[in-house]
Amino acid sequence: MSDQLTVIVNDAAVAVPLGTTVAVAVGLAGQPCRTSVSGEPRGPLCGMGICFECRVAINGRPHCRSCQVLCEQGMEVRTDD
Amino acid sequence: MAAAARAAESGLQVGIVDDNTTLGGQIWRRSGGAPEPQSSAWAERLRSAKTMVLCGRVFHQPEPGILLAENDGGPYGLEYEKLVLATGARERFLPFPGWTLPNVMGAGGLQAMVKCGLSVNGKRVVVAGSGPLLLAVAAYLRKHGARIPIVCEQASWGSIARFSLALLRQPDKIAQALLVKRDLLSVPFSANSWPVAASGKVAVESVTISRNGRIENIPCDYLACGFHLVPNIDLPLLLGCQIRDGCVQVDDFQRTTVAQTFCVGEPTGIGGVELALVEGQIAGLTAAGQASEGRHLFRQRERLRRFARSLDRTFRLRSKLRSLPSPETIICRCEDIRYVRLRRYASWRSAKLQTRCGMGPCQGRVCGPATEFLLKWDPQSVRPPIYPVRVESLAFSASQAEPRHYA
Repeated sequence: MSDQLTVIVNDAAVAVPLGTTVAVAVGLAGQPCRTSVSGEPRGPLCGMGICFECRVAINGRPHCRSCQVLCEQGMEVRTDD
Repeated sequence: MAAAARAAESGLQVGIVDDNTTLGGQIWRRSGGAPEPQSSAWAERLRSAKTMVLCGRVFHQPEPGILLAENDGGPYGLEYEKLVLATGARERFLPFPGWTLPNVMGAGGLQAMVKCGLSVNGKRVVVAGSGPLLLAVAAYLRKHGARIPIVCEQASWGSIARFSLALLRQPDKIAQALLVKRDLLSVPFSANSWPVAASGKVAVESVTISRNGRIENIPCDYLACGFHLVPNIDLPLLLGCQIRDGCVQVDDFQRTTVAQTFCVGEPTGIGGVELALVEGQIAGLTAAGQASEGRHLFRQRERLRRFARSLDRTFRLRSKLRSLPSPETIICRCEDIRYVRLRRYASWRSAKLQTRCGMGPCQGRVCGPATEFLLKWDPQSVRPPIYPVRVESLAFSASQAEPRHYA
């Protein structure tokens, strides 16, 4: 379908429909967005860009709120290690 | 949007800065899919009136009449003669054991994720917390294929009954309520109910609830949990607007205590989209010198404000919710600070200095309302930048760049 695109989450390709945010793509890849200070897995909480739990590196830029960023073809996403 | 449209239609040069990729805040948020008719109507008025739309987060005011904002392209300055603040609201999150598990989200939070591509088809979603948002979210999720074992509202049955009667005085709300009811016919709703704990290994697998006095454990894929809304007052605070009871103080024409600065919508008091649209129009018209036009909307605003006051009364949080977190429950998610460490401090400020609570990326936007409720702290202090920004933005000086000029 022409309205699908592919992003790379931690080196794995994930296919998503147009209009999908990176936070959703990270979930589809089966990953938490980040690991907390004491080692807990964390994912999006507020969905609107204020909690920063969904932060990931997008195309090399760190601390991007993935719930506010739309997926683009070939985007490279890295979750917190 | 309403303020901008009215001001622009009255001849002013108007710009809107929105943090999201499309206009409409959270209430009209979408990415793909048909826009809500009301949203389209206002968007069309903005287009016709040639309003300039910018994407970005305002983070600082170096001097009156100038704001600094940042987006992916970098920082920029905005020079203005009049300013309308419509910074909206966010959900209130209350901590309980397991609330930090992935797939435990706000009610509006999960809805936003579904609007942006998350599939909940066939998934079990427990909806809990407080406020009319819960039912709206449950109806929305159901339409997208979710199975909803229960909606848990912490308010009492009596409060809900009285609220339903108040709805009868708001014709537009009745229509909305009936639509929601149709979508939720088979979904159990329980007042006097709240989450006690979320459990799971890498994500939530079940939720323990107190359902009308009885403890029940419900398996689920998501927990959508939010306790009503909190006004976003950081920018008004930064600008020096007077705040009372967590809301921006405004006069009849939506003017704040700061010159040339208006505030509309949820930051002046949680009241819903209809009220925000009316307040927005009053502000836009007044900014454009058409205050008498704005007066025509006063009666409508008063009716909607009565509804807002009934919202406040109905969904007040019960004190029992203060006993939900255990000593080990994380309160500050950014810095992983547990309740046992925070309880010994008498104020937000001393806790912040000793533990870093509130110093993480969210800058207290999540733990602030939680500790305000749990410990009666007053988390109101703000310092620029009011949003995490890149170093280049901090170094940016409005006088160096070419500010864009707006009325």
